[in-house]
Amino acid sequence: MSRTRRQHAVVHLGLAVGLALVAGPFLWTALSSLKPEREIRRDPPTFWPETWTLGNFVELFERVSIGTAFANSMLIALVLVATNLLFCSMVGYAFAKLSFRGKNVAFGLVLVQLAIPAIVVMMPQFVLIAKLGMVNTFIGIILPTVVTPLGVFMMRQFISDLPDELIDAARVDGAREFRIFFTIILPLCGPPLATLGLITFLGSWNNFLWPAVVAQSESVYTLPVALNILNGHETTHYNLLVAGSVVVIAPILLLFVFLQRFFIQGIATTGLK
Amino acid sequence: MAVLTRRAPRAPAPIRIRSPLRQAGIAWIFILPFVVLFAVFYLGPLLVGIGMSFTDMRSTDVADPLAVDLVGIDNYLRLMDDGAMRRAALNTVVFVVTALPLTIGLGLAAAVLLNTGIARLPAAFFRLGYYLPNITSIIGIAVAWKFLLEPEAGLVNRLLELVGVQGPDWLQNEATALPSIIVMTAWRSFGFTMVVLLAALQSIPRELHEAAEVDGAGRWARFRSVTVPSLRPVLLFCTVYSSVGFMQFLEEPLVMTRGGPLNSTLSASLAIFNQFGVGNYGYAGAASTVLFTVIVALAVLQLRLGRRR
Repeated sequence: MSRTRRQHAVVHLGLAVGLALVAGPFLWTALSSLKPEREIRRDPPTFWPETWTLGNFVELFERVSIGTAFANSMLIALVLVATNLLFCSMVGYAFAKLSFRGKNVAFGLVLVQLAIPAIVVMMPQFVLIAKLGMVNTFIGIILPTVVTPLGVFMMRQFISDLPDELIDAARVDGAREFRIFFTIILPLCGPPLATLGLITFLGSWNNFLWPAVVAQSESVYTLPVALNILNGHETTHYNLLVAGSVVVIAPILLLFVFLQRFFIQGIATTGLK
Repeated sequence: MAVLTRRAPRAPAPIRIRSPLRQAGIAWIFILPFVVLFAVFYLGPLLVGIGMSFTDMRSTDVADPLAVDLVGIDNYLRLMDDGAMRRAALNTVVFVVTALPLTIGLGLAAAVLLNTGIARLPAAFFRLGYYLPNITSIIGIAVAWKFLLEPEAGLVNRLLELVGVQGPDWLQNEATALPSIIVMTAWRSFGFTMVVLLAALQSIPRELHEAAEVDGAGRWARFRSVTVPSLRPVLLFCTVYSSVGFMQFLEEPLVMTRGGPLNSTLSASLAIFNQFGVGNYGYAGAASTVLFTVIVALAVLQLRLGRRR
């Protein structure tokens, strides 16, 4: 079967070239962040750093308040994960297992919200946030996404597949809906909650436009916003930028490598169902 | 003689199934967080935005929104005469019709290669790598690409130098700025298409391929008449999903070029964002109403065409 083997070699080669093209920019950035500034600009360029240094990161944390931005991003992401896990599963449960008037219309709203482009509602949202006195606050950044339609949709899909008998039995025993939800449904939702938590964290961590509009001072900047300010300065040195880019990418990379099966599951379920 | 005393079972507690009305009330409490947020932050703003588009509202009117004047469809008429807006519309169309086939083509190629029966571990590794740009912050990616495309120190031009070509200043050149962003977007997005298509490929029954092979179909014939038709619904999903997303592209030009040079990378969404930035709320509202209508119409059209065939 040398023909199949040769085919496999060609396939592997093609995939490897593709991977080099995809991972190349990341690798180049990561290696550059560990070079001194002079070496970054050297002609011809070095691929592997001649002098290894963490100086760029030290400078980044000292001169630009990247530490604050990192903490802000982390705080906002964790709060959003918590609210989304709770609210999306509650809403998803009602749509999956409770019967009530107006259910179809209300579920239609979930799909409508999925279809509304961010830019179209951004201005009025900002005016609203301004009226509420929430400009330049964490709550202003967080509020529009405390419960997301994609999360509701995912949780509804999963909870629909749980057997009705579980809930009926509990109802016969006189359990109240909130108790049924917290003691019977929620404990069974481990895998989709993990996926939802990851997707939410990711979305919040990478979210750029809305935080950039709401946050107006360094104490409220998230990581992408702080990095973009740095990116906008004409005089900025690439050494700081590449280091900043590593700081924003690294946590996601770690999460992704360890938890990739939840990611892939999430995409497959939301994409195909 | 053993006496079996068996206590009669206790009467079950009266079953209290809550009335449908009561259950409906509880259900509405469950979905309340979503409904309130939807009304306040999405439906309201959508309607307000459409309403604003018929007024001359500016950022200075926020304190007293009722003091604005109705101007009818003036904002819409102004849109059609605005050179920057027309350029933005053109750029958006160019962006969608080039980035879309690139993204879907690359995603399909990667999915097909990953589905040729290569070992599990390398397959997972490649899948992971290809998907990575998709979940990376746009600003992190923009920095990496600006660095790669830098005219003197950038890796791309250094490599071109090796083969004797003088590369342009990619992002500052009117002819190359938009194509650079298109390639970057396809590079970033194809991993999503790949994952969705791969899941679909794996669910095509083997028998279909085997039957076609028995009938003497070659590799290409099998791809065209077995694989592609089986993938049609998923390809349709990817097309609609990606084109709706690409129609709104904004962050890429915002962080790479700010729409320049000379508006050559200005997108529809970025033009709206800029109008918002300078406080022309009514005008921006008109532009976003048009964009929203076009996106919805495009999605409906694609779904219609895709289902019919």
